[in-house]
Amino acid sequence: MTSTTAQTIPTTFTTVAPDNWKLAIVVGLVVSLLACLILPPNISFWIVGAMVAMVAMTFVVNAYHRHYYGGLLVSPAIAVLVVMNIFPLLWSLGLSFFAYQSNQQTIRFVGLANYVKILTDDLKAPENWANLTNTAMFVVLTVTAQMIVGFLLALMFAKQFPLRKYLLILVLTPMMLSVVAVGVFFSNYYDPTFGLLSYFIRLFTGEQFILMDNKAGAVAGIVFADAWMWSPFVMLLVLAGLVSVPKYLYEAAAIDRVSGWRRFWSITFPYIRGLLMLALLFRTIEAFKMADLVILLTKGGNGTMTISYHLIRIANEQNKTSEGAAISYVMLFIVIVLTNLYLYIANRRTEGA
Amino acid sequence: MGEATSIWEKLGFRKASGVSEAGWGQTLFAGIISLIYFLPVLLIIITSFKLQTEALSIPPKFMPTNLFGLIPDAYVFSPTLENYTSVFSRAMTSGGAAENTGFDRYFFNSIMIASVSVLLALVIGTLAAFGFSRYPLKGNDTYLFVILTTRMLPAIVVIIPVILMFRVTGLSGSYLGIIMLYTAFNLPFTIWMMKSFFDELSLDVEDAARLDGSSGLKVFFKICLPQVLAGLAATFVFGLILTWNEFLFALLLTGIDTRTVPVAMSQAVAGGGIGVLWGLLAAIETLFLIPVFFVTFFLQDHLLRGVTFGTVKR
Repeated sequence: MTSTTAQTIPTTFTTVAPDNWKLAIVVGLVVSLLACLILPPNISFWIVGAMVAMVAMTFVVNAYHRHYYGGLLVSPAIAVLVVMNIFPLLWSLGLSFFAYQSNQQTIRFVGLANYVKILTDDLKAPENWANLTNTAMFVVLTVTAQMIVGFLLALMFAKQFPLRKYLLILVLTPMMLSVVAVGVFFSNYYDPTFGLLSYFIRLFTGEQFILMDNKAGAVAGIVFADAWMWSPFVMLLVLAGLVSVPKYLYEAAAIDRVSGWRRFWSITFPYIRGLLMLALLFRTIEAFKMADLVILLTKGGNGTMTISYHLIRIANEQNKTSEGAAISYVMLFIVIVLTNLYLYIANRRTEGA
Repeated sequence: MGEATSIWEKLGFRKASGVSEAGWGQTLFAGIISLIYFLPVLLIIITSFKLQTEALSIPPKFMPTNLFGLIPDAYVFSPTLENYTSVFSRAMTSGGAAENTGFDRYFFNSIMIASVSVLLALVIGTLAAFGFSRYPLKGNDTYLFVILTTRMLPAIVVIIPVILMFRVTGLSGSYLGIIMLYTAFNLPFTIWMMKSFFDELSLDVEDAARLDGSSGLKVFFKICLPQVLAGLAATFVFGLILTWNEFLFALLLTGIDTRTVPVAMSQAVAGGGIGVLWGLLAAIETLFLIPVFFVTFFLQDHLLRGVTFGTVKR
């Protein structure tokens, strides 16, 4: 925007200067790779860390020289993320090319064999595929339910009425609960003998009602619990957007006798579009990772096994670390494609409007 | 006002404004919906006052009193505070003496770890969001997307390198390690959310302030920040709730001194092979709910005041 383009000394790629970040990255990568290959992990760890710090330094110096305030403002966030997130991410990406089990000392480079195994193996590929379709089903169902319920709840609360804040906090409470408690108590509510749901259905039909004994029921039970827990999240985001619409726009629309539907699309929607996309994006990402409710409610039975729960079994219970990493990178690839699609559609809409 | 009411207006889209008024009718409607929505939580709270034998009884005992004989005795339970005292001290083995369960320490840990890491993420993330929004870098969207990517992998995959890293650096079981991890865990959402709020602001006021010679710092603190207070409050609440209930990282990376309530809860309810201790679990959950419930309640005003700063949209 207004950042003044100060004259910088034209640094070529090979110049050794404190702000030559391209060179720093290359040197950092080479040194880290060598260190990982030659030295034991507890020493190479510090060397990789030092290289990362060096690259970060060059970025900061470079940004400072160029009056790149954007770069300076984002650098603390980037630093935390690199150390705590991106570095472990890259490490597990690396692990997916090795044969490694966390309960054994040996580690062997196998290239793409893990990926080939999970995608083509006669035993594993159909299982992974089934888990993936289950996950996709959960994503579609839970996110749709959350968006609809959250949006309707937000509309309900987007007015000023007596006692509003007391009622709003009641609706917000489910997402403050710990997922352990939600899972355990919902499994109690769904229980065929002791559960409230079966109790009330038995009052009407006189027969014992078992929710979780078929796939549709098990899926419905999980989707209901998840949607119940996380619809308030969508609601809060949409509500934050709705209350930010300036009142005079509605007043102007009322004077111009704009119809309600048009008023929604041309005034309200532009204000909440960004936040709706955000809610959709984050709920989709979280839904892809859904495992805890499945573990607590069905233990993956009745066709409710998700890829994320499968991953926990493989990586944690069977210690197949690198196979788990490979599966999760395939999953990451799918999520990236999907989110890019979202963002593409969202941006196209913004430009079109 | 336009009298022609379309179906959409009847469905309520007409009043989709943050400041339009509605009367007690709306209160009644919203009250019924909210109470139905709150019902499963209410049942948990009620269970926390029941003894183990009453917790699972059929028909469900949901009333603490019989309201002078109005409610049949089959639906009435005798409320007890025993679950609440046994959260903090109970006999660990059958017949043993009551011991301290350490839950006071776990509550302190949860409050400390969650609040520090969320505030840290809020400070760092808001700065970054302002940077991304006002001083777009080359490849801005790519950076934002990479930041988002860090949230896409299931925690179980990232956890193995993190465990190794924490072991090597000695951060395992320390407050610093888990706080930094949660800060990183909260950053993507904070940045994306705050950026979307900064993006909504009008640039006219800022540009005018800059022309008048205000520094970038002053523009940020005096003009931008007051307008996104609602956004800050919302982001803080979300971050707090997510961190408050985080389970997997806490399970694997906290030591005995830094253990948080969700981990301790899952260990406490497993009981000694006698199934779930319903009353105890409900009592822990109810106590655990109180702090985050009140923080959300008091930030609600900010959350919903509406940022009618008189902004001119673009």
